[in-house]
Amino acid sequence: MMTTNPPLPPALPAPLEVGQVLDGFRLEARLHQGGMANLWRVSRVDANDGGTDDGIELLMKVPRIKGGEDPATIVGFEVEQMLMPQLSGPHVPRFVARGDWTRQAFIVMERIPGDTLRPRLDDAPLPAEEVADIGARVATALAALHRQHVVHLDVKPSNILFRPDGTAVLVDFGLSRHEQLPDLLEEEFTLPMGTGPYMSPEQVQFVRSDPRSDLFALGVMLYHLATGERPFGQPNSVRGLRRRLYVEPVPPRAIRPDLPPWLQEVILHCLEVRPERRYQSAAQLALDLREPAGVALTARAAKLQASGVMLRAKRWFFALGAEPAPVPPVAEQLARSPIVMAAVEVDRGTNELRAQLCETVRRIVQTETGARLACVSVMRLNRIGIDELTDEHGQSRHVKQLIALKHWARPISKALNLADGRLTFHVLEAADVGDALVDFARRNGVDHIVMGARGASTLRRYLGSVSSRVVAESDCTVTVVREPAAD
Amino acid sequence: MRWAFITDIHANRQAFEAVLADARAQGATRFALLGDFVGYGADPAWVAEQVMALAADGAIAVQGNHDEAVAHGSTPGMHPDARAVVDWTRSRLSEDQLRFLARLPMQARGEPGHCLFVHANAYDPSGWEYVQGRAEAVKSLHASGARIQVCGHMHEPMLYHLSGTGKAGDFRPVAGVPMPLPGHRQWLAIPGSCGQPRDGNPAACYALLDPAKSDLDDARITFQRVAYDVDAACDALRATELPAPIVERLTRRLTLGE
Repeated sequence: MMTTNPPLPPALPAPLEVGQVLDGFRLEARLHQGGMANLWRVSRVDANDGGTDDGIELLMKVPRIKGGEDPATIVGFEVEQMLMPQLSGPHVPRFVARGDWTRQAFIVMERIPGDTLRPRLDDAPLPAEEVADIGARVATALAALHRQHVVHLDVKPSNILFRPDGTAVLVDFGLSRHEQLPDLLEEEFTLPMGTGPYMSPEQVQFVRSDPRSDLFALGVMLYHLATGERPFGQPNSVRGLRRRLYVEPVPPRAIRPDLPPWLQEVILHCLEVRPERRYQSAAQLALDLREPAGVALTARAAKLQASGVMLRAKRWFFALGAEPAPVPPVAEQLARSPIVMAAVEVDRGTNELRAQLCETVRRIVQTETGARLACVSVMRLNRIGIDELTDEHGQSRHVKQLIALKHWARPISKALNLADGRLTFHVLEAADVGDALVDFARRNGVDHIVMGARGASTLRRYLGSVSSRVVAESDCTVTVVREPAAD
Repeated sequence: MRWAFITDIHANRQAFEAVLADARAQGATRFALLGDFVGYGADPAWVAEQVMALAADGAIAVQGNHDEAVAHGSTPGMHPDARAVVDWTRSRLSEDQLRFLARLPMQARGEPGHCLFVHANAYDPSGWEYVQGRAEAVKSLHASGARIQVCGHMHEPMLYHLSGTGKAGDFRPVAGVPMPLPGHRQWLAIPGSCGQPRDGNPAACYALLDPAKSDLDDARITFQRVAYDVDAACDALRATELPAPIVERLTRRLTLGE
């Protein structure tokens, strides 16, 4: 096709009808009429074209063009057409095809059946466990998106769906930013872009590249699901949006006193005004939501009222003309904020090995400014028979192991300032230590396991050690610490 | 059909060799060479010979300001250093090579018809004004109307875009990442210098383009960085008769990529 003139905004297309065929796709039924786009169920006219579809249901998204002066719809759709083919994995709908602007713009993608999370808001407040479960699944989806260099920037219940197995799927990338592609939206708007109730403070200040913005939006969602109320209301002016720069939300437990402190800790941690005070990665947030017993409680957990008038006035003053802090690239920020897991045997092995493990972990955590350290120890259960959960003095074995684990980590907590939940402790109860460690790491998106290996006797080589199994079976980096050979 | 865009080779044989090898390894079969083949570097004759061979084989080649200066000889108004380099470069080139440089077109269009190639800019190609930012990029895109415009002259890689409603943006490309160029807007790509990168990274620059297969598909551009033997390029400069202070400056620039 030869085109020598810059393309003009598309002309107003004729309305689409059931049965109509667009570039080989037949419109079967209109599923949804939205403000920005209509959604159609479609099928391939020539079934032979769909060799790579694997029998998935197809959905066509068609932008609603309200005349030529509507850059929001056009550019947003252009962004989505550009980003979707770049994305992969179970947490996004699979991209299938797209339509050209000169005829009819559209995107055909995998249809995720079922409702979005939106109707669940009407059921709020939900039980804490359910809020945490939803949150963990969405955080896992965000972690996968961020790893692909994309910040969603419009996380809200109506953009979240679930596969039958519970996997969260993120949709609508019309406001998203891919850090390795040009940002077509950058110059387009003079107002902050996003959805009022969910927009992060830095988005209000026109920052479009911080993955921690998505964690703020998720925090708003969790607050709403946990309390039935919106933390920042539903502002429809820029002035209203800017209030979140200096007005704290009412602590969730002030609305719902039976909410566990750990959930308030997690939610308010997401809603920090400054991104550097929030969770530093979606995986770190998912870890806390999946392992509530390990959440380190701070003053946030205990708060029962929002900050007073004086503090608010002070914050308002500093928010005036405040510039958001420069944001490191998404990939760099993720690299700086890994989840490091120290697997510690508190009751076996030598003191030297434990000390060496401690020192190695300290060095690894020290180099990454946003690292999260999860210290994990496995309490062995018998495969058969009833376990003694208390020792001969009636003390809980679990608590004892937790105390020993915290004691092991003392040199690290003394040397490094791992405030704000960056250091947590987890005692797992399992019959198979290797399985328990591999499973914990996988479930919580651990980036790096550090563990000790005891000796290297012929018997261990023959039977296979825990560390060699963890190395073989984990998806992440594993560092195995050994004592120097004593010869 | 995969295209390779190579510009500002500046007589750097080692960088050009490395880039050509990389481009061919990536499957490039068409070449667009965007000028400033000579000037600064130690091997103008070798580079000119390669460019002539590629052009004879169908490659697109346009003229850069250094090619023009060398083709026409130094003038008394030139900076003494520039005059020294131009005179020395001329002394290394054959009549044939000088004639080739003198006859290069200012701009060219490439199949499949939507690319415009020009060394400096499309609004005043022989004025050699730099596309320093969005303002010049917009001017240049308006001047040609081409969907995709490729320029050299600026030694740092950059990608500009312009929407149908006149909104322009710029983007510093990430090496090795293919980027779609939606046909809904205009694009101006600056691959960055092959023989004299200046963005703090001494690796040679060039770009690959996969044209759109149909109107349901986007063209894709990938900016590449290729490590090459910088030390050998510097040694070659030291072995020339160019004045020592000039050699000192040029080798420093190649080593640091500044």
